Amino acid sequence: MDITVIYYLVPSLIMFCCGVYGFVTRKNMIAMLISLELMLNSVDINFVVFNRYLFPGQLEGMFFTLFAIAIAAAETALAIAIIINIFRASKNIDVTDVTKMKF
Amino acid sequence: MDITLPLLILVIPLFMFLLLGLCGMKMSHRLAGTLGTLGMGTVLVLSYITALTYFYSGAPEFITQAGERLQYTVFNVTWLQFTDSLVIRLGFLLDPISAMMLIVIPTISFMVHLYSLGYMRDHHGVYEHGFQRFYAFLSLFSFSMLGLVVATNIFQMYIFWELVGASSYLLIGFYYKKPSAVSASKKAFIVTRFADLGFLIGILILSFYTGTFNFADLTSAPVDGIANVSQVSLTTAEGIKAMFTNSPAPMFMGASVMTWALVLIFMGGMGKSAMMPLHIWLPDAMEGPTPVSALIHAATMVVAGVYLVARLFPLYLMETAALDIIVVVGALTAFYAAMVACTQIDIKRVLAFSTISQIAFMMVSLGVARPEFHHGLGYMAGMFHLFTHAMFKALLFLCAGALIHAIGSNDYTAMHGLRKYMPITHITFLIGCLAIAGIIPFAGFFSKDEILTACFGHSIVWYIWMSLVAGLTAFYMFRLYYLIFWWKEHKVHDPHHAPHDQPWTMTLPLVILAAISCVAGFVPFGFLVTWNGKPMFEGHASFFTNLEHLDWSVAGISLAVAIIAILIATAMYKKENPLPEKMRNALPRLWDWCYHRFYWDELYQFITHKIIFGCICKPIAWFDRHIIDGAMDGLAYVTNKASVAIKGFQSGKIQMYVWFYLAGALLLGAITVICLI
Repeated sequence: MDITVIYYLVPSLIMFCCGVYGFVTRKNMIAMLISLELMLNSVDINFVVFNRYLFPGQLEGMFFTLFAIAIAAAETALAIAIIINIFRASKNIDVTDVTKMKF
Repeated sequence: MDITLPLLILVIPLFMFLLLGLCGMKMSHRLAGTLGTLGMGTVLVLSYITALTYFYSGAPEFITQAGERLQYTVFNVTWLQFTDSLVIRLGFLLDPISAMMLIVIPTISFMVHLYSLGYMRDHHGVYEHGFQRFYAFLSLFSFSMLGLVVATNIFQMYIFWELVGASSYLLIGFYYKKPSAVSASKKAFIVTRFADLGFLIGILILSFYTGTFNFADLTSAPVDGIANVSQVSLTTAEGIKAMFTNSPAPMFMGASVMTWALVLIFMGGMGKSAMMPLHIWLPDAMEGPTPVSALIHAATMVVAGVYLVARLFPLYLMETAALDIIVVVGALTAFYAAMVACTQIDIKRVLAFSTISQIAFMMVSLGVARPEFHHGLGYMAGMFHLFTHAMFKALLFLCAGALIHAIGSNDYTAMHGLRKYMPITHITFLIGCLAIAGIIPFAGFFSKDEILTACFGHSIVWYIWMSLVAGLTAFYMFRLYYLIFWWKEHKVHDPHHAPHDQPWTMTLPLVILAAISCVAGFVPFGFLVTWNGKPMFEGHASFFTNLEHLDWSVAGISLAVAIIAILIATAMYKKENPLPEKMRNALPRLWDWCYHRFYWDELYQFITHKIIFGCICKPIAWFDRHIIDGAMDGLAYVTNKASVAIKGFQSGKIQMYVWFYLAGALLLGAITVICLI
């Protein structure tokens, strides 16, 4: 059985949709962050796959993914720091309670 | 000629202005005043050297073998170059009239600097507030005026012309806490600015049709196509006419555009030189300190208009229609100002109107000058009168300043009978009066006689008219003299506080100027300043040249008129008597009109407030406030309302944003897909 590009893209799409679903439904900020990571990772898979199947002789997509992973790690650290500070202030990390940033 | 001296003449006053203006408040009053005066003294020496070198060195660049004086450009640097043909230069032009002005301006300016050391203090020796500022402005004025007279092109002249106006504005408004001084300075600035609009348009028309700003090119015939800028002989009328025979200037509204340009340029001169109907600012300008009136509003700045006409005289000769206008305006102004001067109470106002009248004399003189008659006698006479008038009018104003300083009032009603208390002021004032009245051998006699001769050569009507004005001049000056120094005894309440002569810094300039007024008439102007640079008479100049060339038929009549006028003034005002009151009651209407200056100010008030403000400005203001501002306000209102309406979107609920984003992204995706299909 040939493994074509579609075998990768479908799980990636499922992962992305799960991420979106989780991001808009979960109220816990940590859970939202995890959903966000899920979306990012699905995009990373896309990069690698497209690189492998469309431009086999090159490595740009791979490197892009490596960078994206590194940046995702940094961004997660930042997000966790923000969430901890919000928790310190309000003993609560429910996103529906954090609505001060409005008009 | 070396350029150091001429350059220094301009740089020193500018430097003094910057020094005193920027660091003046850190200096003591005495130091600032001394520095300013010394700076001006240096300029005085340098200008004298430059002018005398020009007149008497006999160097080939200044004068030809045949005795014809040449225009000499000391330097002429390019300042702004817009295109190949549109170049603005700054330079230093030496010719008879600019050399003459190099004598007049520093002399008067130095006297005023010296005089102000005494005048700008009160009786206890305390300096006036803003003393340093005063000297800084005086330096600025001297710089601007010198730059104006040595301008090599009409654009440089315009720049300095405006600078002179600005420094005049600053000095009239020197007592800026006094509302009348503030409004006087504004009036002076606005009226002269309005006149300068005409000047600017005139410059543009003139340079558009002649293709040059340079005086040397404008006032001379092109030699082999291109005029030699650095050394051009003063010209003949035929030469300039040749310039236009190839391409005749187009016509506009019944006159050639050259006439229009020259009349518009003269309008600028009318504003600065206070010719009717733009004279209204000058009497009010007397709100400034008296030394300023002497320097700016009597001796130097107000003759800038005369100087301008003289500078462009060869052009005016081409279009004699413009000269005829100058004669009419000048003659009417001279008579009007003399009438008004007969009734004023404020001594500075009398002198101001006499200044207007005398400048009008110079204008008339330039207007009647034609090369056919006595080699352009009128031109020489006008310049001669400018020279002598500067000296004796500065003297009269400085005397008035001494009187005002001693009495503390501007009105002669507070003076009367001061001759015993202030003998130096009395004698010098009398000399000034004799000079302006035209009594031999004082300065005014010679110059005024030349003007009357020139008028006589032009038309008998203007001759009689101007002789009448000369008589009025003698009358109102001696009326003033008698009312200040005679009329009745001065009442002194406390002998310790009797009026007395002022300190030497104030009396010395009076004495010097009085001495100059006695001898200035003997300067052989016919050999020095003529319209085409050629001497007017054969032979050599000597001290008695002017006496020898006097036309006694004219001189005798003008002398007789002046003496009769003085006798009438003596009869009316020497001792207290009811005669003036009787005359006033005999012609109440005339007296009223003269006293109120023929209601010119009221007329202007009516025109500006009722007609211009009411009928033009109000609708424009309404349009501005309701249409233009309304449109802008409407824009802001709509933006504001829209923002308030949609600000709810920024709810702070993060997941809400995500929903909107998602919806938007899907929508865009759908649209893309539909478009692709």
